[in-house]
Amino acid sequence: MMVVDFIFYAFAAVTALAAVGVIASRNQVHSVLFLILTFFSTAALFVLLDAEFLAALLIMVYMGAVAVLFMFVVMMLDMEADELRQQALNHLPLGLAVGVLILIELVVVLSHAHGVGQGAPAGAPVSNTLAIGRILYTQYLYPFEVVSLLLLVALIGAVALTLRSRRGSGVKRQNIGHQLARTRGEAVELVQRQPGEGA
Amino acid sequence: MSLHHYLILGAFLFTTGIFGIFLNRRNVIIILMSIELLLLAVNINFVAFSHYNGDVGGQIFTFFVLAVAAAEAAIGLAILVAFFRNRATIDVEQIDSLKG
Repeated sequence: MMVVDFIFYAFAAVTALAAVGVIASRNQVHSVLFLILTFFSTAALFVLLDAEFLAALLIMVYMGAVAVLFMFVVMMLDMEADELRQQALNHLPLGLAVGVLILIELVVVLSHAHGVGQGAPAGAPVSNTLAIGRILYTQYLYPFEVVSLLLLVALIGAVALTLRSRRGSGVKRQNIGHQLARTRGEAVELVQRQPGEGA
Repeated sequence: MSLHHYLILGAFLFTTGIFGIFLNRRNVIIILMSIELLLLAVNINFVAFSHYNGDVGGQIFTFFVLAVAAAEAAIGLAILVAFFRNRATIDVEQIDSLKG
């Protein structure tokens, strides 16, 4: 039990510190890397909670796709983070007040949450992935289908938002009618040069 | 290890996300990352309750939250790229063309 406690506190501390690093670091690339670290240590916490499937999903979807997407956008936009932070400290008192208030509220409410979590943790007779699959495709079938539609809409929307017509911006395209309509007179010119003159 | 440990970690992550939105309120990329932190805090709560109540349904909802977060990140970053292409800035306070 002591080992589990130690692992929990280690990964929880890494998660909390990395989350602070996400919002506090001056370099946006560092922020993305801290975000990846946050997701990784959260995946470790999910393993502690017997949610191995979600831990794998978090690593694959977030660290494999979302974080890389963030990294690409940060590098593509090439913004100076410092100039965006010039007046950031003006909002510090308000942000601190709201943040501390919400933290106090959450801790008070959650630490008085009687009646939940009192039962013993259910031992898993089947593996986590099998248990999720058994109810995902039966009880939660319609929400699952709706999520697939949502992802399709997001896919099409992202392409539609970023697709830019290349027409007229230097990309050469083939126009067959234009090609066939050319005559010899407008395409070929005969010139007479004396030997030794050059072109 | 009790449920409250995980709930307090989730509360701390949620607060960090909210504070990040206030602290970096001119930079859209950091705001999107803060929203990811908020969703992650909710996920931790879902999985912790799911484990300590012995019900896998919470993990299904985490699954849905993950899908929605991925869609939100993709659309948000696409909007950001389109906006940066038009205005050459990602300063939130300059996104006021529709203010009238």
